[in-house]
Amino acid sequence: MLQMKTHYPDAHRVEPVNRHTLAVVVDNEPGVLARIAGLFSGRGYNIESLTVTETEHEAHISRITIVTTGTDSIIQQIKSQLERLVPVHRVVDLTMTGEAVERELCLVKVVGKGDHRVEAMRLASAFGARTLDATLTSFVYELTGTTDEVERFIKLMTAVGLVEVSRTGVAAMARGAEGIL
Amino acid sequence: MSETMTGAEMVIRALQDQGVEHVFGYPGGAVLPIYDALFHQENVRHVLVRHEQGAVHAAEGYARSSGKPGVVLVTSGPGATNAITGLADAMMDSIPLVCITGQVPTHLIGSDAFQECDTVGITRHCTKHNYLVKSIEDLPRILHEAFYVAQNGRPGPVVVDLPKDIQFKAGTYVRPTNNQHKTYRPTVKGDMDHIRAAIELMANAKRPVFYTGGGVINSGPHASALLRELVQLTGFPITSTLMGLGAYPASDKQWLGMLGMHGTYEANLAMHECDVMINIGARFDDRITGRLDAFSPYSKRIHVDIDPSSINKTVKVDIPIVGDCAHVLDDLVRLWRQGARQADKVELKEWWNKIEGWRARNCLAYKNSKETIKPQYAIQRLYELTKDRAPYVTTEVGQHQMWAAQYFKFEDPNHWMTSGGHGTMGYGLPAAVGAQLAHPDALVIDIAGEASIQMMLQEMSTALQYNLPIKVFILNNEYMGMVRQWQELLHGGRYSQSYSESLPDFVKLAEAYGGVGIRCDNPAELDAKIMEMITVNRPVIFDCIVDKTENCFPMIPSGKAHNEMLLNDYLGETGADIGSVIDEKGKMLV
Ligand SMILES: Cc1cc2nc3c(=O)[nH]c(=O)nc-3n(C[C@H](O)[C@H](O)[C@H](O)COP(=O)(O)OP(=O)(O)OC[C@H]3O[C@@H](n4cnc5c(N)ncnc54)[C@H](O)[C@@H]3O)c2cc1C
Ligand SMILES: Cc1ncc(C[n+]2csc(CCOP(=O)(O)OP(=O)(O)O)c2C)c(N)n1
Ligand SMILES: [Mg+2]
Repeated sequence: MLQMKTHYPDAHRVEPVNRHTLAVVVDNEPGVLARIAGLFSGRGYNIESLTVTETEHEAHISRITIVTTGTDSIIQQIKSQLERLVPVHRVVDLTMTGEAVERELCLVKVVGKGDHRVEAMRLASAFGARTLDATLTSFVYELTGTTDEVERFIKLMTAVGLVEVSRTGVAAMARGAEGIL
Repeated sequence: MSETMTGAEMVIRALQDQGVEHVFGYPGGAVLPIYDALFHQENVRHVLVRHEQGAVHAAEGYARSSGKPGVVLVTSGPGATNAITGLADAMMDSIPLVCITGQVPTHLIGSDAFQECDTVGITRHCTKHNYLVKSIEDLPRILHEAFYVAQNGRPGPVVVDLPKDIQFKAGTYVRPTNNQHKTYRPTVKGDMDHIRAAIELMANAKRPVFYTGGGVINSGPHASALLRELVQLTGFPITSTLMGLGAYPASDKQWLGMLGMHGTYEANLAMHECDVMINIGARFDDRITGRLDAFSPYSKRIHVDIDPSSINKTVKVDIPIVGDCAHVLDDLVRLWRQGARQADKVELKEWWNKIEGWRARNCLAYKNSKETIKPQYAIQRLYELTKDRAPYVTTEVGQHQMWAAQYFKFEDPNHWMTSGGHGTMGYGLPAAVGAQLAHPDALVIDIAGEASIQMMLQEMSTALQYNLPIKVFILNNEYMGMVRQWQELLHGGRYSQSYSESLPDFVKLAEAYGGVGIRCDNPAELDAKIMEMITVNRPVIFDCIVDKTENCFPMIPSGKAHNEMLLNDYLGETGADIGSVIDEKGKMLV
């Protein structure tokens, strides 16, 4: 439970804070990412993860996936504030449209010899990670999964010689036949 | 029809096609081609200001008083950064502007070239939208789009940053079409189910109140006409924010005066006690709500706003209606008439009796004096002596602004221009320049403070150059009065840096600019001197020497609720020591 921000120093409303995944469809024009990132920092909203790529090249449309946290009213404000931006076409709260499918990809480099090296291989196969590179002293693994799975994988790998991590952030999509756009 | 021309020519051509008559600007290296294109034509008139911030405020005054977008033209680097305060002001108060800034040539962008700055980066947060033009092919579309975006939906300032090489390049000009943005389509028509629910709630209200704001003004004179109709049909009381003054005639008996921090006793208590609040185009600003958890505790709320982000932002509402005020008011009036709806007459009568009781407190009363001019008296006289001429009034920021809002009565929209959300000292004089250009034959008055006026004083020179007979009416209390008042409330009367030291002789200053200076410090002479001011057909600075100690009441101290208002000592009912009414938490607020 986090307290809702009001301009009066005493918070009077206490509302639960939830994690939401938003899909934001935008014109892929210069500065659009800065506009969105700036909106979050300027208004004090959280960004847990943000991914962006052009999804329709002909129409120059990008899809931005943002994972954020807030009370229901803050999430509503975030949506309205995003929709207010001129290049934003649509904002869909995937958390509200039902259990969305969410995945992120991470690359993990582990360095070690002996027991650590063996344990790293065991863990990787238990998680179903792919081996992208191997030397006599190191591995680079790729794991795709939910944020929780990725977190767990990284935590375990830390104990067996993790030296570097690169993550994509969350890509998400609503279940069912209906598409956004 | 398409024609070939240079980028600079396209700018002027687009302005013409958008019906622009006046551009407020200041030249410099990065806009010279545009200035050259201006030179070759006579349709678009350029108004040379003396500071780029002045250009933006002048465009705001022009826009607010005419309902048309204001247009600004400035150079790169310092020209653009000087314009920032004005853009932020227009953003906060939802004023439609198009500001064209020069930029270094595209191949130099990012190289720290002479007078380069990241204008789109800097203005991203204080504009509704902005563009950096990177090719001549995009220019005509972007120019027209800028006008469309500035005016549609919730209005605001739009910046078009135009590199110098593109101003020189030749390209094909395309005329504006109807829908100028491929996806930006704000909702203007309200949801009918919600509108019907609103009618139901209103018809069953026992203690209703209309709370209206700047959105009604933004929506145009038709919205004000419909608002009048609805208010009169329902018989409900109405109050408005600072930004909405004039949408409803202040002379009408259903009018309760402005609400909020310096609003009237009756308006604020009506908000506190109401059971149905009908918010039309206002944004629950903190100057209105005071302490949020104590704001209007018994009400069900209807909120009409074109911007969904204004709804449920700080105050939860029961019936949100996203749409343009004029469209929604039209539906409300029609449905109310069709159903021959009426709120319970007995309950409404009782509600009015209660309100009349509050009104009888006469919260704007003050103790007048024969020796010194009371600032409230000065505004009252200014109003009485000018009201027949339906003047356009602008203000600076401070106590004088609040007294103007309280004692000057507005009958029509677009006659009142003030910096509400940003509270920018220096707004009033350039805004008066803009308003006078839009209404050459009207009486335009800037109600000023001696501190604020010095922030954009150089625009007197603009007024002189264009023969704009604006009247700068300074309530000279030798203090940053609003700061002094807060220091009295919060900091034990330690007037740190709020005394207006080394003031210029405003009469001589007016004369130095080539205008007329008038000074008055005697209440008995005030009327004659005000008449002298409005009779002379030249720019005037009126130095009205007023009581230095007067404070602005009523006041809801920060962190307090509507029913914890401070009234003028003269009313003898506060009984509280003014230095001790704000608690520690309140002191943190602004
Ligand atoms: C020293 C000082 C003291 C102040 N004291 C007070 C005070 O006592 N009382 C007071 O009222 N103010 C006061 N203000 C002003 C205050 O800060 C706010 O600027 C003001 O209250 C906001 O007015 P508003 O709610 O009408 O909103 P605006 O800023 O005018 O916003 C308009 C709202 O309407 C919406 N809108 C715009 N166009 C349309 C349309 N076409 N259709 C529908 N909706 C539309 C917008 O989305 C927005 O939500 C003070 C300012 C200063 C500088
Ligand atoms: C640009 C700017 N700087 C500072 C302030 C803070 N401020 C608000 S009112 C005020 C004093 C204004 O004094 P004056 O113009 O004499 O008006 P008065 O209150 O005396 O009527 C100040 C400094 C502001 N609103 N704008
Ligand atoms: Mg003063």
